[in-house]
Amino acid sequence: MANLHQFDVVVVGAGGAGLMAGLYASRTARTAVISKLYPTRSHTGAAQGGISAALGNLEEDRVEWHTYDSVKGSDYLGDQDAIEFMCQEAPQAILELEHMGLPFDRTPEGRISQRPFGGHTNNVTGKPVRRACHAADRTGHMILQTLYQQCLKNNVTFFDEFQVLDLLINDGKAVGVVAVSLADGELHTFHAKSIVFATGGHGRVWEITSNAYAYSGDGAAIVFRRGIPLEDMEFFQFHPTGIYKLGILITEGVRGEGGVLINGKGERFMERYAPRVKDLASRDVISRAIYLEIREGRGINGSNYVYLDVRPEVVNKYAALDGRTNPDGSPYQVTAEQLLKKLPDIIDFNRVYLGIDPMTQPMPIQPTAHYTMGGIPTNQYGEVVIDDKKTVFPGLYAAGEVACVSVHGANRLGTNSLLDLVVFGKYAGLRAAEYARGVDFTPLPSDPEGFARRQFEALRNGSGKENLTDISNRMKRVMFEDVGVFRTEEGMKRALAEVRTLKERYRQVRVSDTGKIFNTELLNAWELGNLLDVAEVITISALNRTESRGGHAREDYPNRDDANWLKHTLVWQRDGRFEIGYKPVVITRYTPKERTY
Amino acid sequence: MEVTLKIFRFNPEVDKRWHYETYRVNAEPTDRVLDLLEYVKGYIDGTLSFRRSCAHGVCGSDAVRINGMNRLACKTLVRDLGDKITVEPIMGLKVIKDLIVDMEPFFENYKKVLPWFINNSPLPADGKERLQSPEARERFDDTTKCILCACCTTSCPSFWGSDDYLGPAALVAAHRFIFDDRDEAAAERLQIISETSGLARCHTAFNCTMACPREIQITKAIGELKLATITGRLD
Repeated sequence: MANLHQFDVVVVGAGGAGLMAGLYASRTARTAVISKLYPTRSHTGAAQGGISAALGNLEEDRVEWHTYDSVKGSDYLGDQDAIEFMCQEAPQAILELEHMGLPFDRTPEGRISQRPFGGHTNNVTGKPVRRACHAADRTGHMILQTLYQQCLKNNVTFFDEFQVLDLLINDGKAVGVVAVSLADGELHTFHAKSIVFATGGHGRVWEITSNAYAYSGDGAAIVFRRGIPLEDMEFFQFHPTGIYKLGILITEGVRGEGGVLINGKGERFMERYAPRVKDLASRDVISRAIYLEIREGRGINGSNYVYLDVRPEVVNKYAALDGRTNPDGSPYQVTAEQLLKKLPDIIDFNRVYLGIDPMTQPMPIQPTAHYTMGGIPTNQYGEVVIDDKKTVFPGLYAAGEVACVSVHGANRLGTNSLLDLVVFGKYAGLRAAEYARGVDFTPLPSDPEGFARRQFEALRNGSGKENLTDISNRMKRVMFEDVGVFRTEEGMKRALAEVRTLKERYRQVRVSDTGKIFNTELLNAWELGNLLDVAEVITISALNRTESRGGHAREDYPNRDDANWLKHTLVWQRDGRFEIGYKPVVITRYTPKERTY
Repeated sequence: MEVTLKIFRFNPEVDKRWHYETYRVNAEPTDRVLDLLEYVKGYIDGTLSFRRSCAHGVCGSDAVRINGMNRLACKTLVRDLGDKITVEPIMGLKVIKDLIVDMEPFFENYKKVLPWFINNSPLPADGKERLQSPEARERFDDTTKCILCACCTTSCPSFWGSDDYLGPAALVAAHRFIFDDRDEAAAERLQIISETSGLARCHTAFNCTMACPREIQITKAIGELKLATITGRLD
């Protein structure tokens, strides 16, 4: 082991959660942040619309309302103690970001500006509330930049372009990770007391996706191979408004500013599905509505997309019909100039990729794979919990999209992802450092790099009969068709068989690049292995849950079934076999009831 | 349509020197150049190496030279280029392999301008946000868009011809903080960028502004910094 490093805390991933964890852990512990990308390339930077907190800067708002909206948004699968904690922490988290210099947009009084977002309501009137703090339509970019800058200011140690390949366990504790340096292909072993996984989601499992190439489920797949369970993997969010065919995200902020969804008959169809909040219903509700419109032949020209219309005259027409007002009570009206200021990137995406101007033309959109609600089970301190008895795995932490606290349950509310990573990234970092202070290093297992080396050798020495891209494309297609917005037993069984066939075919690939320097082909091949493993767990979990809840919509079981399914799924891999278990949902104040918008 | 794709190739473990390879690929006019690179890597030559992540112009990974102009491969469509497309690494940073260059000097320059918020005054007594007017926020809005892709810096003739020029991206970062009225280190940053490795090396070629995929008015921002160093004023 030529390349051995020792740190108190190792953070894997440098998006919002990883940087928060790194920033906080490094205050009291020797900390390294390892990232396969330069930190500013992380997918947090693609988040657009906002980050919610009941600051009440523009109208009355309350932490309890944010909490209830999130519980309801989760279709009652979120753990209410964790949601309460997150929403309680939210105002302070936002203010802390501002104190770090984050350039939020401002109200005329100079306070942080807020906009409406899907599912966020005034609990008394039921109307949308301005809760999403924003910085144009690049809020995630601003968070990522600000946190990276603060890490530089505080001399956090980074290992950029290091891909973590394995979690090391000894004596029942997490003791390190193995990574490959992309620049020279050398393996490195990081010996640590605490390890925080903040590696993001796995939206690249699906064909139409808003997610970065990097979102290949690395963290989930790595810990799963080491016997850690994954929670609620059947729950994945399809965002209703991706750019047609490309899947590039069009923020819900567009609808927050007054944009409406229009079908092929020119109808604002969300009136029928969510009479009160219409286009600002939860994402799962709107994605299903779009599918149903398309299935009924009401897509644009009978095709498989609808329009998102934010032309000022259309916004103003529907705002008047809805009786929408400004904070001062005057009628809500927008101009193209104001929209350009608030949604510059959205307008740019449309111009570049579609050649259309959203100020004069509607945008063709379709649901796009977007967010991983499930993941590595944790408590609200980021500690990884490995069973239904709250047993913590010593030294192992997870935060951000890879983690399942669970604050998002069956469906995440827009803006709560950024809040999740700021709040739980911070607490995971603090707890990881605290734990490291109280323990000595546990020795590394023998031959720590063996497993990672064997994985690479297999990819270099396969028969070469199969092509990586073919396997990848097939997986994405099958998962999008059969484990997507709507699901059936028949379709999912087909998908599971296909994924298992693809896993067999994957053994026959051979990486043609035999070099060590930036062998991105080897890296891509390894990432595909993670996606296949994750796709299998998703499908097993989804087949097993015979109800519909949040993002998991089964046509053969169309109703929510609280009597049998108000519980979290856990899946383990033991001796090459899958085991399914459950743990109860934490209910504090909000009794499950029917969910309408 | 059929596209003739010419790509700069260099594998340090095999090649004595760089060369170009030409590939004929079928493309839709709406395909991104990144889609073509992915196709070549997936089906013709798996060793072709380049960086990419978000694939829609916000992460800054895939800055390359396309038909002589610095662009993001994921934000440049075939229909805007025609059927002959040449892809090369960005210039002025050492080529490591194919389209991958050594980004370390770029990030080192960025770090030199203290690209982080500095305000050592006490927080507002109520613990809430520091107030900032919408006009004051607007003052530095343009330069908050930077994604550190290096399109600007590696299109700059002064950067190519100098070993120590900070480059436009670092100056953009300086602008973002210098013109933020909540920040207290403007004088310190202005001092740093006034040294010979800084503003003096900008000769307003405008290449940076042309190259920026975020459409930041970089030359204008640098002009505002130059004015600030002369007048000592930030309005």
